[in-house]
Amino acid sequence: MRILSLAGRRLAASIPTLFLILIGVFLLLQFAPGDTVDAMMAQMGGGDAATARELRKFYGLDLSIPMQLGNYLWRLIRLDLGFSSIYGKPVATVIIERLPPTILLMTASLSFAFFFGLLLGVIAARGVNKWPDTLISTLGLVFYATPSFWFGLMAIVVFSIYLQWLPAGGFEDIGAVQSGFGRTIDIAQHLILPTLTLGLIFLAIYLRIMRASMLEVLNLDFVRTARAKGLDETRVVAKHVLRNALLPMVTLIGLQAGTMLGGSVVVESVFSLPGLGRLAYESVVQRDLNTLLGIVFVSALLVILVNFLVDLLYARLDPRIQAEG
Amino acid sequence: MSAVDNPILTIDGLSVKLPKGADRSHALNGVSLAIAANEIVCVVGESGSGKSVMANAIMRLLPGEVAIDGGRVLFEGKDLASASNTEMRKVRGAGIAMIFQEPMTALNPLRTIGDQIGEMFEIHTELSKKEIKARVLGLLADVHIPDPAQAARAYPHELSGGQRQRAMIAMALALDPRLLIADEPTTALDVTTQAQILKLIKELQSRRNTAVLFITHDFGVVAEIADRVVVMQHGNVVEQGSVKDVLTNPQHPYTQQLIAAVPPLTAPPPRALSDDIILDLASVSKTYRNGGFLGRGVRVTHAVKSVSLKLPRGATLGIVGESGSGKSTLARCIIRLIDPDGGSILLEGKDWAKLSRDEVRRETQHIQMVFQDPFASLNPRRKAGDLVAQGPIVHGTPRADAMAQAEELFRLVGLDPSAIDRFPHEFSGGQRQRIGLARALALKPDVLVADEAVSALDVSVQAQVLKMLYELRERLGLSIVFITHDLRVAAQICDLVAVMKDGEVVEHGLAGEVFGNPQHAYTQALLASIPGGDFARSRVPLTA
Repeated sequence: MRILSLAGRRLAASIPTLFLILIGVFLLLQFAPGDTVDAMMAQMGGGDAATARELRKFYGLDLSIPMQLGNYLWRLIRLDLGFSSIYGKPVATVIIERLPPTILLMTASLSFAFFFGLLLGVIAARGVNKWPDTLISTLGLVFYATPSFWFGLMAIVVFSIYLQWLPAGGFEDIGAVQSGFGRTIDIAQHLILPTLTLGLIFLAIYLRIMRASMLEVLNLDFVRTARAKGLDETRVVAKHVLRNALLPMVTLIGLQAGTMLGGSVVVESVFSLPGLGRLAYESVVQRDLNTLLGIVFVSALLVILVNFLVDLLYARLDPRIQAEG
Repeated sequence: MSAVDNPILTIDGLSVKLPKGADRSHALNGVSLAIAANEIVCVVGESGSGKSVMANAIMRLLPGEVAIDGGRVLFEGKDLASASNTEMRKVRGAGIAMIFQEPMTALNPLRTIGDQIGEMFEIHTELSKKEIKARVLGLLADVHIPDPAQAARAYPHELSGGQRQRAMIAMALALDPRLLIADEPTTALDVTTQAQILKLIKELQSRRNTAVLFITHDFGVVAEIADRVVVMQHGNVVEQGSVKDVLTNPQHPYTQQLIAAVPPLTAPPPRALSDDIILDLASVSKTYRNGGFLGRGVRVTHAVKSVSLKLPRGATLGIVGESGSGKSTLARCIIRLIDPDGGSILLEGKDWAKLSRDEVRRETQHIQMVFQDPFASLNPRRKAGDLVAQGPIVHGTPRADAMAQAEELFRLVGLDPSAIDRFPHEFSGGQRQRIGLARALALKPDVLVADEAVSALDVSVQAQVLKMLYELRERLGLSIVFITHDLRVAAQICDLVAVMKDGEVVEHGLAGEVFGNPQHAYTQALLASIPGGDFARSRVPLTA
């Protein structure tokens, strides 16, 4: 319970940060030339100045910047994200439509990176400075150094165009209307390449952290105690080393949740996934301020939520946390 | 080979090779010894003598680059030096068990005590979960842990140091091993806890007929517990024999030197003390508060409770106490590394408790500190000379003069002046502590605060450093506040002694009186707990 109140307190402490971010993004976008109305006029194929003025008045864009900001924040407090003039729907609806692909992609990439990072890290640490370690470390370096868009493009070339095993883009097959299990399989197939693309970079980070942390823990006294008890190496690693070595990895998940959301912009663009990242990119291009701020708000909430869960998980893994609080 | 009937373990010409680039080629050179059932054999030696390597070699737990390259380790007729890994795993824990120096790090912090003890049964026996649980509780009761059920559920950090070591012993004895290897098991413990653990080991050993190979650097512990003694130096056994023979009639010069360096418990004859009080502490207090948020659930620790002490000019005041007694906090308050909450600290008429940060910085040349850990307290990236000269330079001495002074100080503390260009890691522990002392003396302080300044050193090095302090005190007229947990060290160098417990001074007075005729129950308990007390008392004090 103590840990819940602790995590809750941290949750509360992140609210001011959230507002600061929103205000920052709002002001930054004011520096960009053009506004929603310009983008709409361009879509409509142009129009006269009077129409533009009418539209600006309608969307409240003729007010001064502090007034607009004040209006926005006041609506936000009432949990109203506003109305997207580009999509003609409330921002909340737009975001909820686009949220599932991103969340699926993030969860899948994170699990993939975490699981295989852990596995490869353990293998590398067990055979430190021997060929498995060298191979894994080199591969990790390659994954880490290669830009993710290039990975994505190459994956499309090889697996979608040349081998034709997997779809090249999209979230599901629009041609065939499927339901239930068939749809799940279809979406999973569409997500394999994006997940790998986004996950590989994080896999490289996780595997390096895991390797280092394993090597450190393997040198600790209690590992010697475990060996002195007559445990075989597999049990030493599984029962004593692994959980201790996992602690830095868990910290890393919280730190990287934000980076992963950023990375999904690129991956969603490459694989034309209708997710939050692409939506963010489109709203910047179309100067759709309300939608963009909504996305920032939701992403920040996601990151805060992930960190909250990481805090709970960490406390579950490490009994010392509760005592020190 | 020494004649031992029915040996349980026979080590025969055991050699252990060190990796290239180590300070010597072999950690062990043809070591031979034997241990019989129901016998406690102490292996004594200073750091680097190879005693821990030997313990790990028996268990075949040596780190990767260190390997056995000759000799045999016969345990129940089997040669462990050439046994397969699978055979070794059957011996470890079940046949030979081990306990280690630092029970905090030797236990997995993320698993409960009961779980870790139970693991012994899980891997070596076919017992059911319920039986294992009952056995674990039985073992914890055997090692006299107050509430076994609660201790079994506890994580290592929730127990005290002594209880952790008890749990460790319970774990080691779970399967009734024939041999118990104890690698400095009491070194990290307070003296009263140490006495209890030694008693426990002895009690369990005689009840279960376990042979014990006890590794220690402390001759007091040897006198307390050993049946036979093996003395090691540089990877060789230099002497072995019954405890009585070795302690009272050592043959090898190294053994004689080691025993001569053991500090005696009797204080040297008192020196005349000046009436001029240089440092006057009056009701100094320090309270820590932590764990609270907006005043809720605050844990208050009274680290120092209204301590009043006087240090005459040129005298040495010893502050002794166990860990958590507040002695280090008091030392840090005196030199204002931390701010006391109340009281006054008069040094040459100035109240240090009330000086501002700036004034403290300017006045530090009057009072300097020597720290415990000679490895951690010197910046590894700076040359020894720079470390010593830094203080005077900060206080306005030109660099060239300060370096010249540093050379002079190196000579004073018995180091080669040409060593000022070397880095701290190129010095041994004792030499580093000399650098620490030179650093403190560079500012020509009136008062020197030594916080456990010799505790991390081997006995022979400890004796040398103490002797040097003794001489410097005479030569420079230093007044010293000497903080230590080791009563034997305090007895040797201090004119006055204050005994601290839970932040309070329970007894203080002339060293000879406090040690010779202790009044407070706690002081009496402390003195009674000193391992090999009779042995220590029988020896003559060191004179400069």
